[in-house]
Amino acid sequence: MNHIHKRRIYIIVLLAVGLGLAAGLILYALKQNINVFVTPSQILSSHLSPDYHFRLGGMVKKDSVIRDKKSLNVSFIVTDLKSEITVFYTGGLPDLFREGKGVVAEGHLDQQQHFIATQVLAKHDENYMPKNVAEMLKKNR
Amino acid sequence: MIQLAGQLSLSFALMLALLQGLLPLWGSYRDNPYTLAAARPFALGQLALVVIAYVLLTIAFLNSDFMIAYVAENSHASLPFMYRLTAVWGAHEGSILLWILLLNVWTLLFILFEKQNSNLPLVLAILGLISFSFLCFLLLTSNPFAAAVGPQTGHDLNPLLQDPGFVIHPPMLYMGYVGFSVTFAITLAALIRGRLDANWANVARQFAIAAWCFLTLGIMLGSWWAYRVLGWGGFWFWDPVENASLLPWLSGTALIHTLALTEKRGTAKAWSALLALICFALSLLGTFLVRSGVLISAHTFANDPKRGVFLLLLLAILICAALFVYLIRLPQLSSPQKPFVPREIILLVNSILLIVAMLTILLGTLYPLIFDALHLGAISVGAPYFNLVMAPLVLLMMLVMGFAPFCAWQSQLVKRIWQLTWRKCCFCLLIMLIIWLQRMPFMTGISIGLSVWILVSVMSTFRIAPGMAFSHTGFAVFIIGIMLSSSLSTEKEVRLKPGQTTIIGPYQFLFIDTEGTSGSNFRGIRANFEVTKHNRHIVNLSPEKRIYTVRHMVMTKVDIHPSIFRDLYIALGEPYGQDDWSVRLYYKPFIRWIWAGGLLMILGGILGIIQNKKREEQNIHA
Repeated sequence: MNHIHKRRIYIIVLLAVGLGLAAGLILYALKQNINVFVTPSQILSSHLSPDYHFRLGGMVKKDSVIRDKKSLNVSFIVTDLKSEITVFYTGGLPDLFREGKGVVAEGHLDQQQHFIATQVLAKHDENYMPKNVAEMLKKNR
Repeated sequence: MIQLAGQLSLSFALMLALLQGLLPLWGSYRDNPYTLAAARPFALGQLALVVIAYVLLTIAFLNSDFMIAYVAENSHASLPFMYRLTAVWGAHEGSILLWILLLNVWTLLFILFEKQNSNLPLVLAILGLISFSFLCFLLLTSNPFAAAVGPQTGHDLNPLLQDPGFVIHPPMLYMGYVGFSVTFAITLAALIRGRLDANWANVARQFAIAAWCFLTLGIMLGSWWAYRVLGWGGFWFWDPVENASLLPWLSGTALIHTLALTEKRGTAKAWSALLALICFALSLLGTFLVRSGVLISAHTFANDPKRGVFLLLLLAILICAALFVYLIRLPQLSSPQKPFVPREIILLVNSILLIVAMLTILLGTLYPLIFDALHLGAISVGAPYFNLVMAPLVLLMMLVMGFAPFCAWQSQLVKRIWQLTWRKCCFCLLIMLIIWLQRMPFMTGISIGLSVWILVSVMSTFRIAPGMAFSHTGFAVFIIGIMLSSSLSTEKEVRLKPGQTTIIGPYQFLFIDTEGTSGSNFRGIRANFEVTKHNRHIVNLSPEKRIYTVRHMVMTKVDIHPSIFRDLYIALGEPYGQDDWSVRLYYKPFIRWIWAGGLLMILGGILGIIQNKKREEQNIHA
């Protein structure tokens, strides 16, 4: 086998290893880390287990934000104008969080179909509404 | 008046760009020296017209000329001077104008530094065509000089952009993005000519390093700015827009290293040329992702879908044309088949690792888009995916990086490499062990051990190869900063009343009081805190909560006490009535090392350019 062939085999092996590495890593990581984006109606129509971590999107219902007297606990209702879900969160809400505007919360459901949020996401523009949420709202109006 | 002048300059610039693009190509085809020589004056003319248009827009901002829609949407009479100057690139239209301006600036740099380059007309032609496409995009879909509808009082600049970081981050980032269009043009010109030699590799490498330095600076500034402004202590969020800047950075790094190989040994020419094309494609893709509104991201603005389609078409046409030329010339690009040397193998492995990293990030960024386009649902791919996928790749890269300085450019026995390195390897394993014994996470131990490995590997190369030494050192410092700050940092969110104290790490924070504060376009509340450590006064911090009156937007202004070994970071949350406030405190050790590492990498790049220049001059005089 001359060195040209040897060289080509090295290149092919390296490429195959690289691709294999990449493919393996990606499939493994994607399986566990994709966050599905769900609206309140979709939650109520399907049965999601308590350890399913996902993102809830919708609009914050007006006058639904209740802040605890002593601690950082807060609760509010997320709606898509058809169904509602109560969200519980511990911590400060982001600046752009407002009643009547869009919100995205990441977390899981508890036994009573309440959403326990681990993160409430801030958006860049106070008029921004996640695209799917906007579509849902338009459909339900 | 300004509107008319601006539109005219841009239209004339468009025409000049078209001529700058087509004439030299025709001249090259027909060997006509006059049309070839036309490239430079047209390029300079286009630069002058674009500069005029940019200056006119800036003047419009300074004078608060709200008859222009773009100015009305991004400025206000009460906006501070500095932000009025820089609001020019605060939104879509202006930033595309900035892109075009910087493209012409790079063209000028190329003209100045490469006066004797025989490919100059062709390179200018390609740059002219790129400029022409962007000017079309600007004038047809995103005209910054479009007239405002009805009388306007100004909508004010987005408060998140009213920060010093905003003043430098976009221009530097764009300098990086656009810089890769120069390497693209250089490579395409050489491909059209059919001659890819050491001279091409040298010039392409110089401009690639320069572009890479700016891109690194832009990314570092973006990270630092996000840390200061977003109020949650993070410095990187794997946001699609951030990824869009990381992709050309990764392929740019691969390009620099592969061009070094081509310059030195004349091998891997086809791969280097392809990388140059890929870098540019990625920076265009980045522009598309950021500006078209297809991605759900903290950076996206509600945007016109027409723009997205235009950009995508532009991307498709430019890349297809380039690949077409590449494929035609591919048979002529075969490199001499010499047996491999260790340094060559390592550089190629490095290339592969960087490109694999780039592809995985690309996949993660585009996956939600693909899912959405195929109507398979709405998903998002978050930080856990990227962290998981990048970790093994980065660790492998660091391992390889450490061996690189010991691999010679001539054939060398593996035994010899091991002889040079085994003592250093043991030292690093010792460091890893010490870190694990301190009960720090496994990942931290490995990363720091590998960073030390890189540091000791370049220890003796600072004199011979300062570029490599500083860049690699910078990367090691960067990784140490990331790992230590993420494993040692603590965060606390509490509800405090004035007079109460809270403790984080070894520091005590006393909430003194709140007072009202105001600026030219905002009013707010400032909370005063005193920080002590073992009863010794350290600093007074004053985070604020501001309302920007024009947009009715609430913004958190954090306060940070920076230091080499740790940052103290405090942000106000929400008011809870009865004087209570939620406060977020962060104790972040070694976080400044992240950006210090970035600066060292840039220093390495600059030294690399200087060294190359010196070597080139020696070769000419020799």
